[in-house]
Amino acid sequence: MAGLTQGLPSKTENPFKSSWTSRAIIAVIVAYLIYSFSTLGLTFERLLIGFGESDRLLSRMFPPDFSRSGLLLSGIAESLQIAIISSFFGIVISLFLGLLAARNLMPSIVSIPVRGFIALCRSFHPVIIAILFVKAVGFGALAGILTLVFASIGFIAKLFAEAIEEISFKQVEAIRATGASFVSVIVYAVMPQVFTRFIGFASYQLDSNLRNSTMVGIVGAGGIGGTLFSAFQRFDYDFVAAILMTIIALILVGEFLSNIVRRVF
Amino acid sequence: MTTQMIDEQWQRFTFSERLARFAVYLCLVSAIVWSWQTVEVIPEFLYDAPSQFMDMFERMVPLDYTSYPISIHGAMIETLHIATLGTLFTLVLAIPLALLNAPNITPSKTLNWIAQFFLVSSRSVNSLVWALLFIALFGPGVLAGIMAIAIRSIGFVGKLLAEAIAEVNMGTIEALRATGASWGSILVKGYWPQVMPAFYSIVLFRWDINVRESAVLGLVGAGGIGVVLNDAQNLFEWQKVSMILVSIFVVVIVAEAVVIQIRNRLI
Repeated sequence: MAGLTQGLPSKTENPFKSSWTSRAIIAVIVAYLIYSFSTLGLTFERLLIGFGESDRLLSRMFPPDFSRSGLLLSGIAESLQIAIISSFFGIVISLFLGLLAARNLMPSIVSIPVRGFIALCRSFHPVIIAILFVKAVGFGALAGILTLVFASIGFIAKLFAEAIEEISFKQVEAIRATGASFVSVIVYAVMPQVFTRFIGFASYQLDSNLRNSTMVGIVGAGGIGGTLFSAFQRFDYDFVAAILMTIIALILVGEFLSNIVRRVF
Repeated sequence: MTTQMIDEQWQRFTFSERLARFAVYLCLVSAIVWSWQTVEVIPEFLYDAPSQFMDMFERMVPLDYTSYPISIHGAMIETLHIATLGTLFTLVLAIPLALLNAPNITPSKTLNWIAQFFLVSSRSVNSLVWALLFIALFGPGVLAGIMAIAIRSIGFVGKLLAEAIAEVNMGTIEALRATGASWGSILVKGYWPQVMPAFYSIVLFRWDINVRESAVLGLVGAGGIGVVLNDAQNLFEWQKVSMILVSIFVVVIVAEAVVIQIRNRLI
């Protein structure tokens, strides 16, 4: 043992030296933190004061107030309706747009504009789209439905297009060789290869529409979000807690159901 | 089934599979029919929509360029700060939770489940709702926005990071363990080099999402460009609204391009 330690002088270089890039990254982050905290006027005390308030907030939130269950249930029902209808239309439209945007099936004169449209749908947050639709079609569920249809297109049509671009082309050629029409090629060569993934994307989108449908109400586009926002503004924190718990329960049930659907297909 | 029957008729799925599929279709159709019949939609509003849209666009053009240096630019910078600080703050909380959630680092099932619970609850509540909660704590302003972004991102970053950690090649880890390396050294020299590319791409991806999300947080009062948007909208300054929307669009596109560039260089 003694002989071994003798052979290890303390001058040996560390084989794992921290590289200059990682040091530079850390330095940049620290400098940024100092800069941003000073420009935004953030202090540590404010953070502490805020966290000090949290037990007051929690004590007002619990126990949750489920007494206005009629209002709660009608809001949840409207959110569900928005989510289901918008997922249906969003998925149906996305199927066609996804086909049109797939570069291996369509000429670029079709696919490029469709891709542009899909990217445009994706680049705005649903809430911003919701504001525009509330202006266009007024307060209520219709604005929420239209918003989420656009949000679904932005996300799911892109995934559909990517899934279609990844298919094996042998089957397409085989079906084409029989003299099949374009629709038959889609139905018998493309769809069987991508159908399972489509179900996965669609159930994911239903999930995410369910989450978003509880939120678009904040800007007046129907659903439980409006009830939630007004409860916040009236400081009814116990009712807020009830709404939040119902939303989380709804989302968990939705995830459970979409897992079942994925297992069936 | 006899062989004769199989020869007569080929079916892709078994009877129970078809039954399950049929049940799913039935449930979906009935859900759609139920929603369609009960949802409160006033059809006149839909017919009216194109003319309303035209009206809105007429009010929106030309863009109000003069408002950009006065109020939009500062708020935009604030939005970027919210997104960046929120993402950085997320890491402080998401990395420990990811370590707790990865079964090859934390062998305890109970701890994995506890971490999972925090990750799921962070994701289930929308960032606007988190913002409302933090406004109740910190008052309206940037801090509530940063906290909302940070807490909301934990679920996303933590889940993906835990998955990346669970997928590492255990050979290097065992080799390090055999040298008698300490727990910290194994983490830094064994796990980190393998997780690093995934880590950077997760963080960059989340930052990109956070830039979009922080742009709307101001609608409920949590700072950034959303506050300016909300004010402009309440005052019916549609030309300013369109200017704000265009600036958000540009910033989102630039953020996405930056993320793609960094990812290509780094990974």
